[in-house]
Amino acid sequence: MPVLEREDRQIWRRRSRGQALTHWAAWLTGTAIFVYCWQQISEATTWFFVWDAPNIAGDIWTRATPPRWEYITQLGRPIWDTLNIATLGTLLALLMAVPVAFMAARNTTPSRLFIRPVALLIIVATRSINALIWALLLIAIIGPGVFAGVLAIAIRSIGFCAKLLYEAIEEIDQTQVEAITATGASRWQVMAYGIVPQIMPAFAGISVFRWDINIRESTVLGLVGAGGIGLQLQSSLNVLAWPQVSLILLVILVFVVVGEWVSAKVRGAII
Amino acid sequence: MSSELNALLGKGWKKPPFIKRAWLRWTLLAGFAAYLVAAVSTVPVNWARVYEGLDRGAAFVMAFTSPDFISRGGDIWSGMVESIVMTVAASVVGIAISIPIGLGAARNIAPLPVYLICRGIVAISRALQEIIVAILLVAIFGFGPLAGFLTLSFATIGFLSKLLAEDIEAMDRAQAEAIRASGARWLQWINYGVQPQVMPRLIGLSMYRLDINFRESAILGLVGAGGIGATLNTAFDRYEYDTAAAILILIIVIVMALEYLSGVIRARVQ
Repeated sequence: MPVLEREDRQIWRRRSRGQALTHWAAWLTGTAIFVYCWQQISEATTWFFVWDAPNIAGDIWTRATPPRWEYITQLGRPIWDTLNIATLGTLLALLMAVPVAFMAARNTTPSRLFIRPVALLIIVATRSINALIWALLLIAIIGPGVFAGVLAIAIRSIGFCAKLLYEAIEEIDQTQVEAITATGASRWQVMAYGIVPQIMPAFAGISVFRWDINIRESTVLGLVGAGGIGLQLQSSLNVLAWPQVSLILLVILVFVVVGEWVSAKVRGAII
Repeated sequence: MSSELNALLGKGWKKPPFIKRAWLRWTLLAGFAAYLVAAVSTVPVNWARVYEGLDRGAAFVMAFTSPDFISRGGDIWSGMVESIVMTVAASVVGIAISIPIGLGAARNIAPLPVYLICRGIVAISRALQEIIVAILLVAIFGFGPLAGFLTLSFATIGFLSKLLAEDIEAMDRAQAEAIRASGARWLQWINYGVQPQVMPRLIGLSMYRLDINFRESAILGLVGAGGIGATLNTAFDRYEYDTAAAILILIIVIVMALEYLSGVIRARVQ
Protein backbone atom coordinates (compact mmCIF):
# COMPACT_ATOMS: atom_id res chain seq x y z
CA MET A 1 0.00 0.00 0.00
CA PRO A 2 1.51 3.35 -1.01
CA VAL A 3 2.12 5.51 2.03
CA LEU A 4 3.42 9.05 2.23
CA GLU A 5 5.72 9.87 5.20
CA ARG A 6 5.47 13.44 6.38
CA GLU A 7 6.69 14.74 9.77
CA ASP A 8 6.87 11.18 11.11
CA ARG A 9 3.24 10.59 10.22
CA GLN A 10 2.06 8.09 7.68
CA ILE A 11 -0.60 9.23 5.27
CA TRP A 12 -2.48 6.82 3.05
CA ARG A 13 -2.20 7.44 -0.71
CA ARG A 14 -4.22 5.90 -3.45
CA ARG A 15 -1.27 5.56 -5.83
CA SER A 16 2.48 5.19 -5.48
CA ARG A 17 4.72 7.91 -6.93
CA GLY A 18 5.39 5.99 -10.15
CA GLN A 19 1.73 5.26 -10.67
CA ALA A 20 0.81 8.88 -10.03
CA LEU A 21 3.39 10.04 -12.59
CA THR A 22 2.14 7.67 -15.31
CA HIS A 23 -1.40 8.71 -14.52
CA TRP A 24 -0.48 12.34 -14.82
CA ALA A 25 1.40 11.80 -18.09
CA ALA A 26 -1.57 9.95 -19.57
CA TRP A 27 -3.90 12.79 -18.65
CA LEU A 28 -1.46 15.33 -20.14
CA THR A 29 -1.24 13.43 -23.46
CA GLY A 30 -4.99 12.99 -23.57
CA THR A 31 -5.63 16.67 -22.93
CA ALA A 32 -3.06 17.67 -25.56
CA ILE A 33 -4.73 15.44 -28.15
CA PHE A 34 -8.14 16.83 -27.28
CA VAL A 35 -6.93 20.45 -27.50
CA TYR A 36 -5.36 19.73 -30.89
CA CYS A 37 -8.60 18.18 -32.15
CA TRP A 38 -10.64 21.06 -30.86
CA GLN A 39 -8.31 23.49 -32.61
CA GLN A 40 -8.81 21.65 -35.89
CA ILE A 41 -12.58 21.81 -35.53
CA SER A 42 -12.45 25.44 -34.50
CA GLU A 43 -10.37 26.39 -37.54
CA ALA A 44 -12.87 24.76 -39.89
CA THR A 45 -15.83 26.54 -38.29
CA THR A 46 -17.32 29.87 -39.30
CA TRP A 47 -17.83 31.23 -35.80
CA PHE A 48 -20.09 34.03 -37.01
CA PHE A 49 -22.72 31.42 -37.90
CA VAL A 50 -22.33 29.77 -34.52
CA TRP A 51 -22.92 33.02 -32.63
CA ASP A 52 -25.97 33.53 -34.79
CA ALA A 53 -27.21 29.99 -34.09
CA PRO A 54 -29.82 30.84 -31.39
CA ASN A 55 -31.56 33.20 -33.83
CA ILE A 56 -31.49 30.60 -36.59
CA ALA A 57 -32.77 27.90 -34.26
CA GLY A 58 -35.60 30.18 -33.13
CA ASP A 59 -36.39 31.00 -36.74
CA ILE A 60 -36.53 27.32 -37.72
CA TRP A 61 -38.71 26.59 -34.71
CA THR A 62 -41.26 29.27 -35.63
CA ARG A 63 -41.32 28.00 -39.22
CA ALA A 64 -41.67 24.34 -38.17
CA THR A 65 -44.57 24.81 -35.73
CA PRO A 66 -47.32 23.90 -35.98
CA PRO A 67 -46.68 20.74 -38.05
CA ARG A 68 -48.74 20.41 -41.22
CA TRP A 69 -51.07 17.70 -39.93
CA GLU A 70 -52.96 17.10 -43.18
CA TYR A 71 -49.70 15.94 -44.79
CA ILE A 72 -50.00 12.74 -42.73
CA THR A 73 -52.33 11.22 -45.33
CA GLN A 74 -49.36 11.04 -47.70
CA LEU A 75 -47.13 9.28 -45.18
CA GLY A 76 -48.97 5.93 -44.99
CA ARG A 77 -47.19 4.31 -47.91
CA PRO A 78 -43.71 5.58 -46.93
CA ILE A 79 -44.16 4.18 -43.41
CA TRP A 80 -45.25 0.81 -44.85
CA ASP A 81 -42.15 0.86 -47.08
CA THR A 82 -39.96 1.70 -44.10
CA LEU A 83 -41.39 -1.20 -42.12
CA ASN A 84 -40.79 -3.52 -45.06
CA ILE A 85 -37.20 -2.34 -45.47
CA ALA A 86 -36.52 -3.09 -41.81
CA THR A 87 -38.33 -6.45 -41.68
CA LEU A 88 -37.32 -7.92 -45.02
CA GLY A 89 -33.79 -6.59 -44.51
CA THR A 90 -33.56 -8.33 -41.14
CA LEU A 91 -34.91 -11.61 -42.57
CA LEU A 92 -32.45 -11.58 -45.48
CA ALA A 93 -29.63 -10.72 -43.09
CA LEU A 94 -30.49 -13.65 -40.83
CA LEU A 95 -30.56 -16.01 -43.81
CA MET A 96 -27.04 -14.94 -44.71
CA ALA A 97 -25.76 -14.55 -41.15
CA VAL A 98 -26.49 -18.13 -40.03
CA PRO A 99 -24.02 -19.87 -42.37
CA VAL A 100 -21.44 -17.14 -41.76
CA ALA A 101 -21.81 -17.60 -38.00
CA PHE A 102 -21.38 -21.39 -38.24
CA MET A 103 -18.29 -20.87 -40.36
CA ALA A 104 -16.87 -18.32 -37.92
CA ALA A 105 -17.43 -20.23 -34.67
CA ARG A 106 -14.32 -22.11 -33.57
CA ASN A 107 -16.21 -25.30 -32.70
CA THR A 108 -18.27 -25.61 -35.90
CA THR A 109 -16.08 -24.12 -38.60
CA PRO A 110 -15.14 -26.57 -41.38
CA SER A 111 -11.62 -25.18 -41.53
CA ARG A 112 -9.96 -22.95 -38.98
CA LEU A 113 -7.16 -21.98 -41.29
CA PHE A 114 -9.03 -20.97 -44.44
CA ILE A 115 -12.76 -20.55 -43.90
CA ARG A 116 -12.79 -18.96 -40.45
CA PRO A 117 -10.69 -15.90 -41.45
CA VAL A 118 -12.93 -15.36 -44.49
CA ALA A 119 -16.05 -15.47 -42.31
CA LEU A 120 -14.49 -13.09 -39.81
CA LEU A 121 -13.55 -10.73 -42.64
CA ILE A 122 -17.16 -10.75 -43.89
CA ILE A 123 -18.33 -9.96 -40.35
CA VAL A 124 -15.91 -7.08 -39.86
CA ALA A 125 -16.38 -5.60 -43.34
CA THR A 126 -20.18 -5.58 -43.22
CA ARG A 127 -20.25 -4.33 -39.64
CA SER A 128 -17.88 -1.40 -40.03
CA ILE A 129 -19.69 0.22 -42.95
CA ASN A 130 -22.88 2.09 -42.19
CA ALA A 131 -26.21 1.20 -43.82
CA LEU A 132 -26.30 4.61 -45.51
CA ILE A 133 -23.01 3.92 -47.26
CA TRP A 134 -24.21 0.50 -48.36
CA ALA A 135 -27.34 2.21 -49.65
CA LEU A 136 -25.27 4.75 -51.61
CA LEU A 137 -23.29 1.92 -53.14
CA LEU A 138 -26.34 -0.19 -53.98
CA ILE A 139 -28.13 2.77 -55.51
CA ALA A 140 -25.18 3.30 -57.81
CA ILE A 141 -25.38 -0.37 -58.76
CA ILE A 142 -29.08 -1.29 -58.90
CA GLY A 143 -30.78 2.09 -58.96
CA PRO A 144 -32.79 3.95 -56.28
CA GLY A 145 -35.81 2.42 -54.57
CA VAL A 146 -37.03 0.27 -51.71
CA PHE A 147 -35.15 -2.80 -52.96
CA ALA A 148 -31.80 -1.03 -52.55
CA GLY A 149 -32.84 -0.13 -49.01
CA VAL A 150 -33.74 -3.74 -48.18
CA LEU A 151 -30.39 -4.96 -49.47
CA ALA A 152 -28.47 -2.19 -47.67
CA ILE A 153 -30.09 -3.08 -44.34
CA ALA A 154 -29.54 -6.78 -45.00
CA ILE A 155 -25.84 -6.44 -45.78
CA ARG A 156 -25.22 -4.11 -42.87
CA SER A 157 -26.92 -6.50 -40.44
CA ILE A 158 -25.02 -9.65 -41.47
CA GLY A 159 -21.92 -8.76 -39.48
CA PHE A 160 -23.84 -7.79 -36.37
CA CYS A 161 -26.06 -10.89 -36.31
CA ALA A 162 -23.27 -13.27 -37.29
CA LYS A 163 -20.92 -11.89 -34.63
CA LEU A 164 -23.42 -12.28 -31.79
CA LEU A 165 -24.55 -15.65 -33.11
CA TYR A 166 -21.06 -17.12 -33.44
CA GLU A 167 -20.26 -16.02 -29.91
CA ALA A 168 -23.39 -17.86 -28.78
CA ILE A 169 -22.32 -20.95 -30.74
CA GLU A 170 -18.89 -20.90 -29.14
CA GLU A 171 -20.45 -20.82 -25.68
CA ILE A 172 -22.67 -23.90 -26.12
CA ASP A 173 -22.53 -26.86 -23.79
CA GLN A 174 -20.28 -29.42 -25.51
CA THR A 175 -21.65 -32.40 -23.57
CA GLN A 176 -25.02 -32.19 -25.36
CA VAL A 177 -23.28 -32.22 -28.71
CA GLU A 178 -21.24 -35.21 -27.60
CA ALA A 179 -24.37 -37.05 -26.46
CA ILE A 180 -26.00 -36.59 -29.87
CA THR A 181 -22.78 -37.64 -31.61
CA ALA A 182 -22.62 -40.75 -29.44
CA THR A 183 -26.00 -41.91 -30.80
CA GLY A 184 -24.41 -42.11 -34.23
CA ALA A 185 -25.93 -38.95 -35.64
CA SER A 186 -24.57 -37.48 -38.83
CA ARG A 187 -22.91 -34.06 -38.98
CA TRP A 188 -26.18 -32.32 -39.92
CA GLN A 189 -28.18 -34.20 -37.31
CA VAL A 190 -25.70 -33.13 -34.66
CA MET A 191 -26.18 -29.57 -35.79
CA ALA A 192 -29.98 -29.80 -35.82
CA TYR A 193 -30.41 -31.63 -32.48
CA GLY A 194 -27.23 -30.76 -30.56
CA ILE A 195 -26.38 -27.19 -31.46
CA VAL A 196 -29.49 -25.46 -32.83
CA PRO A 197 -31.72 -25.98 -29.76
CA GLN A 198 -29.00 -24.46 -27.58
CA ILE A 199 -28.60 -21.29 -29.63
CA MET A 200 -32.29 -20.85 -30.49
CA PRO A 201 -33.08 -18.39 -27.64
CA ALA A 202 -29.98 -16.34 -28.48
CA PHE A 203 -30.94 -16.39 -32.14
CA ALA A 204 -34.48 -15.16 -31.45
CA GLY A 205 -33.15 -12.44 -29.15
CA ILE A 206 -30.61 -11.28 -31.72
CA SER A 207 -33.19 -11.13 -34.51
CA VAL A 208 -35.57 -9.00 -32.51
CA PHE A 209 -32.74 -6.77 -31.28
CA ARG A 210 -31.46 -6.22 -34.81
CA TRP A 211 -35.00 -5.61 -36.10
CA ASP A 212 -35.33 -2.85 -33.52
CA ILE A 213 -32.07 -1.23 -34.71
CA ASN A 214 -33.11 -1.64 -38.34
CA ILE A 215 -36.40 0.15 -37.71
CA ARG A 216 -34.32 3.17 -36.70
CA GLU A 217 -31.87 2.88 -39.56
CA SER A 218 -34.52 2.35 -42.24
CA THR A 219 -36.16 5.70 -41.41
CA VAL A 220 -33.15 7.61 -42.74
CA LEU A 221 -32.19 5.47 -45.75
CA GLY A 222 -34.42 7.61 -47.94
CA LEU A 223 -32.03 10.54 -47.47
CA VAL A 224 -29.79 8.96 -50.10
CA GLY A 225 -32.70 7.68 -52.19
CA ALA A 226 -33.22 4.15 -50.86
CA GLY A 227 -36.95 4.42 -50.18
CA GLY A 228 -39.00 4.77 -47.05
CA ILE A 229 -40.02 7.84 -45.10
CA GLY A 230 -36.57 9.40 -45.41
CA LEU A 231 -37.42 10.13 -49.03
CA GLN A 232 -40.26 12.40 -47.90
CA LEU A 233 -37.97 13.97 -45.33
CA GLN A 234 -35.36 14.74 -47.96
CA SER A 235 -37.83 16.24 -50.42
CA SER A 236 -39.42 18.37 -47.69
CA LEU A 237 -35.99 19.58 -46.58
CA ASN A 238 -35.05 20.41 -50.15
CA VAL A 239 -38.00 22.76 -50.54
CA LEU A 240 -37.57 24.07 -46.95
CA ALA A 241 -41.10 22.94 -46.05
CA TRP A 242 -40.39 23.02 -42.31
CA PRO A 243 -43.98 22.24 -41.16
CA GLN A 244 -43.78 18.99 -43.16
CA VAL A 245 -40.32 18.27 -41.77
CA SER A 246 -41.54 18.59 -38.20
CA LEU A 247 -44.49 16.31 -38.91
CA ILE A 248 -42.22 13.69 -40.51
CA LEU A 249 -39.84 13.85 -37.55
CA LEU A 250 -42.78 13.32 -35.20
CA VAL A 251 -43.99 10.34 -37.23
CA ILE A 252 -40.48 8.86 -37.23
CA LEU A 253 -40.27 9.32 -33.47
CA VAL A 254 -43.60 7.56 -32.90
CA PHE A 255 -42.61 4.80 -35.34
CA VAL A 256 -39.31 4.20 -33.55
CA VAL A 257 -40.92 4.21 -30.11
CA VAL A 258 -43.61 1.74 -31.23
CA GLY A 259 -40.91 -0.46 -32.76
CA GLU A 260 -38.97 -0.41 -29.52
CA TRP A 261 -42.10 -1.28 -27.55
CA VAL A 262 -42.95 -4.20 -29.84
CA SER A 263 -39.42 -5.58 -29.67
CA ALA A 264 -39.37 -5.25 -25.89
CA LYS A 265 -42.67 -7.18 -25.69
CA VAL A 266 -41.46 -9.91 -28.04
CA ARG A 267 -38.15 -10.23 -26.23
CA GLY A 268 -40.02 -10.46 -22.94
CA ALA A 269 -42.18 -13.25 -24.36
CA ILE A 270 -39.19 -15.22 -25.67
CA ILE A 271 -36.86 -15.01 -22.70
CA MET B 1 -43.31 -46.60 -13.22
CA SER B 2 -45.36 -43.48 -13.66
CA SER B 3 -48.37 -43.51 -15.92
CA GLU B 4 -46.96 -40.54 -17.81
CA LEU B 5 -43.91 -42.50 -18.82
CA ASN B 6 -46.09 -45.50 -19.69
CA ALA B 7 -48.11 -43.41 -22.06
CA LEU B 8 -44.97 -42.19 -23.76
CA LEU B 9 -43.28 -45.60 -24.10
CA GLY B 10 -43.37 -47.09 -27.52
CA LYS B 11 -44.12 -43.80 -29.23
CA GLY B 12 -41.65 -42.13 -31.54
CA TRP B 13 -39.86 -39.08 -30.14
CA LYS B 14 -40.82 -35.75 -31.63
CA LYS B 15 -38.89 -32.52 -31.41
CA PRO B 16 -40.68 -30.18 -28.98
CA PRO B 17 -41.91 -27.05 -30.82
CA PHE B 18 -40.40 -23.62 -30.08
CA ILE B 19 -43.79 -22.16 -29.19
CA LYS B 20 -45.81 -24.58 -27.05
CA ARG B 21 -49.38 -23.41 -27.61
CA ALA B 22 -50.47 -24.79 -30.98
CA TRP B 23 -53.06 -22.11 -31.85
CA LEU B 24 -50.59 -19.33 -31.06
CA ARG B 25 -47.93 -21.01 -33.18
CA TRP B 26 -50.23 -21.33 -36.18
CA THR B 27 -51.67 -17.80 -35.83
CA LEU B 28 -48.19 -16.33 -35.66
CA LEU B 29 -47.03 -18.37 -38.62
CA ALA B 30 -50.09 -17.49 -40.72
CA GLY B 31 -49.89 -13.82 -39.79
CA PHE B 32 -46.23 -13.73 -40.59
CA ALA B 33 -46.75 -15.45 -43.94
CA ALA B 34 -49.55 -13.00 -44.81
CA TYR B 35 -47.34 -10.05 -43.90
CA LEU B 36 -44.47 -11.47 -45.93
CA VAL B 37 -46.64 -11.84 -49.02
CA ALA B 38 -48.02 -8.32 -48.61
CA ALA B 39 -44.56 -6.86 -48.04
CA VAL B 40 -42.81 -8.62 -50.89
CA SER B 41 -45.61 -7.80 -53.32
CA THR B 42 -45.32 -4.07 -52.53
CA VAL B 43 -41.57 -3.86 -52.96
CA PRO B 44 -41.08 -2.86 -56.56
CA VAL B 45 -38.05 -4.51 -58.10
CA ASN B 46 -36.97 -3.48 -61.55
CA TRP B 47 -35.13 -6.65 -62.53
CA ALA B 48 -34.00 -5.19 -65.86
CA ARG B 49 -32.34 -2.33 -63.99
CA VAL B 50 -30.79 -4.77 -61.53
CA TYR B 51 -29.44 -6.84 -64.39
CA GLU B 52 -27.94 -3.76 -66.01
CA GLY B 53 -26.36 -2.81 -62.71
CA LEU B 54 -24.62 -6.16 -62.31
CA ASP B 55 -21.75 -4.98 -64.53
CA ARG B 56 -21.25 -1.97 -62.31
CA GLY B 57 -21.46 -4.19 -59.24
CA ALA B 58 -18.75 -6.40 -60.69
CA ALA B 59 -16.69 -3.31 -61.50
CA PHE B 60 -17.02 -2.20 -57.89
CA VAL B 61 -16.01 -5.58 -56.51
CA MET B 62 -13.03 -5.58 -58.86
CA ALA B 63 -12.14 -2.08 -57.61
CA PHE B 64 -11.41 -3.63 -54.22
CA THR B 65 -8.54 -5.55 -55.77
CA SER B 66 -7.00 -2.34 -57.10
CA PRO B 67 -7.99 0.47 -54.73
CA ASP B 68 -6.76 3.90 -55.72
CA PHE B 69 -5.31 5.74 -52.74
CA ILE B 70 -3.25 8.16 -54.84
CA SER B 71 -5.26 10.22 -57.32
CA ARG B 72 -7.57 11.69 -54.65
CA GLY B 73 -5.00 11.21 -51.90
CA GLY B 74 -5.27 14.79 -50.63
CA ASP B 75 -9.06 14.66 -50.27
CA ILE B 76 -8.99 11.25 -48.62
CA TRP B 77 -6.30 12.35 -46.17
CA SER B 78 -8.03 15.57 -45.14
CA GLY B 79 -11.42 13.83 -44.86
CA MET B 80 -9.96 11.02 -42.74
CA VAL B 81 -8.16 13.47 -40.45
CA GLU B 82 -11.37 15.44 -40.04
CA SER B 83 -13.32 12.27 -39.22
CA ILE B 84 -10.76 11.18 -36.63
CA VAL B 85 -10.57 14.66 -35.09
CA MET B 86 -14.37 14.81 -34.82
CA THR B 87 -14.50 11.32 -33.34
CA VAL B 88 -11.89 12.00 -30.66
CA ALA B 89 -13.23 15.42 -29.65
CA ALA B 90 -16.85 14.24 -29.60
CA SER B 91 -16.01 11.12 -27.60
CA VAL B 92 -14.10 13.14 -24.97
CA VAL B 93 -16.84 15.74 -24.59
CA GLY B 94 -19.63 13.17 -24.79
CA ILE B 95 -18.06 10.96 -22.11
CA ALA B 96 -17.37 13.98 -19.89
CA ILE B 97 -21.01 15.07 -20.09
CA SER B 98 -22.48 11.59 -19.82
CA ILE B 99 -20.75 10.81 -16.50
CA PRO B 100 -22.77 13.34 -14.45
CA ILE B 101 -25.92 12.46 -16.41
CA GLY B 102 -25.26 8.77 -15.84
CA LEU B 103 -24.89 9.43 -12.10
CA GLY B 104 -28.14 11.36 -12.19
CA ALA B 105 -29.96 8.61 -14.08
CA ALA B 106 -29.07 5.93 -11.50
CA ARG B 107 -32.01 5.51 -9.12
CA ASN B 108 -29.88 4.40 -6.14
CA ILE B 109 -27.79 7.59 -6.17
CA ALA B 110 -29.98 10.38 -7.48
CA PRO B 111 -33.14 11.87 -5.92
CA LEU B 112 -36.31 11.45 -7.97
CA PRO B 113 -36.47 14.88 -9.74
CA VAL B 114 -32.84 14.63 -10.90
CA TYR B 115 -33.46 11.04 -11.96
CA LEU B 116 -36.46 11.99 -14.10
CA ILE B 117 -34.63 14.89 -15.80
CA CYS B 118 -31.58 12.77 -16.59
CA ARG B 119 -33.68 9.86 -17.86
CA GLY B 120 -35.54 12.36 -20.07
CA ILE B 121 -32.27 13.59 -21.58
CA VAL B 122 -31.19 10.00 -22.21
CA ALA B 123 -34.51 9.13 -23.86
CA ILE B 124 -34.41 12.14 -26.19
CA SER B 125 -30.82 11.49 -27.19
CA ARG B 126 -31.52 7.83 -27.91
CA ALA B 127 -34.73 8.37 -29.86
CA LEU B 128 -33.18 10.72 -32.43
CA GLN B 129 -31.06 9.21 -35.19
CA GLU B 130 -27.58 10.68 -35.56
CA ILE B 131 -28.14 11.68 -39.15
CA ILE B 132 -31.37 13.54 -38.37
CA VAL B 133 -29.68 15.42 -35.53
CA ALA B 134 -26.87 16.22 -37.96
CA ILE B 135 -29.30 17.64 -40.52
CA LEU B 136 -30.84 19.94 -37.91
CA LEU B 137 -27.47 20.99 -36.49
CA VAL B 138 -26.09 21.71 -39.96
CA ALA B 139 -29.12 23.92 -40.58
CA ILE B 140 -28.45 25.73 -37.32
CA PHE B 141 -24.64 25.91 -37.09
CA GLY B 142 -23.71 25.82 -40.77
CA PHE B 143 -21.63 23.28 -42.68
CA GLY B 144 -18.47 21.86 -41.16
CA PRO B 145 -17.11 19.54 -38.51
CA LEU B 146 -18.63 21.53 -35.62
CA ALA B 147 -22.09 20.20 -36.48
CA GLY B 148 -20.67 16.66 -36.71
CA PHE B 149 -18.84 17.08 -33.43
CA LEU B 150 -22.03 18.24 -31.68
CA THR B 151 -24.06 15.41 -33.22
CA LEU B 152 -21.65 12.72 -32.07
CA SER B 153 -21.36 14.23 -28.58
CA PHE B 154 -25.14 14.29 -28.29
CA ALA B 155 -25.46 10.68 -29.42
CA THR B 156 -22.68 9.59 -27.04
CA ILE B 157 -24.57 11.06 -24.08
CA GLY B 158 -27.65 8.90 -24.66
CA PHE B 159 -25.68 5.69 -25.16
CA LEU B 160 -23.12 6.03 -22.40
CA SER B 161 -25.32 7.58 -19.69
CA LYS B 162 -27.90 4.83 -20.03
CA LEU B 163 -25.40 1.97 -19.79
CA LEU B 164 -23.42 3.70 -17.03
CA ALA B 165 -26.59 4.29 -15.02
CA GLU B 166 -27.58 0.63 -15.39
CA ASP B 167 -24.13 -0.40 -14.18
CA ILE B 168 -24.32 1.91 -11.17
CA GLU B 169 -27.76 0.56 -10.30
CA ALA B 170 -26.33 -2.96 -10.33
CA MET B 171 -23.33 -2.13 -8.11
CA ASP B 172 -22.53 -3.60 -4.71
CA ARG B 173 -24.17 -1.41 -2.06
CA ALA B 174 -22.01 -2.66 0.81
CA GLN B 175 -18.83 -1.19 -0.59
CA ALA B 176 -20.36 2.25 -1.08
CA GLU B 177 -21.94 2.02 2.38
CA ALA B 178 -18.55 1.33 3.96
CA ILE B 179 -17.08 4.49 2.44
CA ARG B 180 -20.04 6.51 3.62
CA ALA B 181 -19.67 5.06 7.14
CA SER B 182 -16.12 6.40 7.30
CA GLY B 183 -17.60 9.91 7.11
CA ALA B 184 -16.94 10.62 3.46
CA ARG B 185 -18.47 13.62 1.72
CA TRP B 186 -20.71 13.06 -1.33
CA LEU B 187 -17.90 13.53 -3.83
CA GLN B 188 -15.57 11.25 -1.84
CA TRP B 189 -18.35 8.70 -1.64
CA ILE B 190 -18.72 8.74 -5.45
CA ASN B 191 -14.96 8.78 -5.99
CA TYR B 192 -14.02 5.93 -3.60
CA GLY B 193 -17.25 3.99 -3.21
CA VAL B 194 -18.88 4.03 -6.67
CA GLN B 195 -16.20 4.88 -9.21
CA PRO B 196 -13.90 1.88 -8.60
CA GLN B 197 -16.84 -0.46 -9.11
CA VAL B 198 -17.95 0.93 -12.46
CA MET B 199 -14.60 2.08 -13.87
CA PRO B 200 -13.69 -1.08 -15.85
CA ARG B 201 -17.05 -1.12 -17.55
CA LEU B 202 -16.96 2.62 -18.16
CA ILE B 203 -13.60 2.30 -19.91
CA GLY B 204 -14.85 -0.61 -22.00
CA LEU B 205 -18.01 1.24 -23.00
CA SER B 206 -16.04 4.39 -23.82
CA MET B 207 -13.78 2.46 -26.15
CA TYR B 208 -16.81 0.87 -27.77
CA ARG B 209 -18.43 4.27 -28.22
CA LEU B 210 -15.22 5.65 -29.76
CA ASP B 211 -15.50 2.86 -32.29
CA ILE B 212 -19.18 3.65 -33.01
CA ASN B 213 -18.46 7.37 -33.26
CA PHE B 214 -15.81 6.75 -35.89
CA ARG B 215 -18.19 4.63 -37.93
CA GLU B 216 -20.92 7.26 -37.64
CA SER B 217 -18.52 10.07 -38.52
CA ALA B 218 -18.07 8.40 -41.90
CA ILE B 219 -21.68 9.16 -42.86
CA LEU B 220 -22.11 12.61 -41.34
CA GLY B 221 -20.39 14.09 -44.38
CA LEU B 222 -23.39 13.05 -46.51
CA VAL B 223 -25.41 15.86 -44.96
CA GLY B 224 -22.53 18.33 -44.77
CA ALA B 225 -21.42 17.75 -41.20
CA GLY B 226 -17.75 17.15 -42.02
CA GLY B 227 -15.60 14.03 -42.24
CA ILE B 228 -14.84 11.44 -44.88
CA GLY B 229 -18.49 11.00 -45.93
CA ALA B 230 -18.44 13.94 -48.33
CA THR B 231 -15.43 12.54 -50.19
CA LEU B 232 -17.03 9.10 -50.30
CA ASN B 233 -20.29 10.50 -51.62
CA THR B 234 -18.47 12.40 -54.37
CA ALA B 235 -16.55 9.29 -55.31
CA PHE B 236 -19.80 7.32 -55.69
CA ASP B 237 -21.47 10.10 -57.65
CA ARG B 238 -18.59 10.23 -60.11
CA TYR B 239 -18.48 6.40 -60.35
CA GLU B 240 -14.86 6.48 -59.14
CA TYR B 241 -15.14 3.03 -57.60
CA ASP B 242 -11.41 2.61 -57.03
CA THR B 243 -11.32 5.73 -54.85
CA ALA B 244 -14.50 4.66 -53.03
CA ALA B 245 -12.97 1.22 -52.46
CA ALA B 246 -9.85 2.85 -51.04
CA ILE B 247 -11.92 4.90 -48.58
CA LEU B 248 -14.00 1.88 -47.54
CA ILE B 249 -10.83 -0.18 -47.00
CA LEU B 250 -9.40 2.61 -44.83
CA ILE B 251 -12.60 2.73 -42.76
CA ILE B 252 -12.59 -1.04 -42.28
CA VAL B 253 -8.91 -1.05 -41.31
CA ILE B 254 -9.36 1.76 -38.77
CA VAL B 255 -12.44 0.09 -37.27
CA MET B 256 -10.53 -3.20 -36.99
CA ALA B 257 -7.59 -1.41 -35.34
CA LEU B 258 -9.94 0.32 -32.89
CA GLU B 259 -11.65 -2.97 -32.08
CA TYR B 260 -8.31 -4.65 -31.45
CA LEU B 261 -7.17 -1.74 -29.28
CA SER B 262 -10.37 -1.76 -27.27
CA GLY B 263 -10.04 -5.51 -26.79
CA VAL B 264 -6.53 -5.07 -25.40
CA ILE B 265 -7.57 -2.20 -23.12
CA ARG B 266 -10.64 -4.04 -21.87
CA ALA B 267 -8.58 -7.15 -21.12
CA ARG B 268 -6.13 -5.00 -19.11
CA VAL B 269 -8.67 -3.14 -16.98
CA GLN B 270 -10.81 -6.16 -16.10
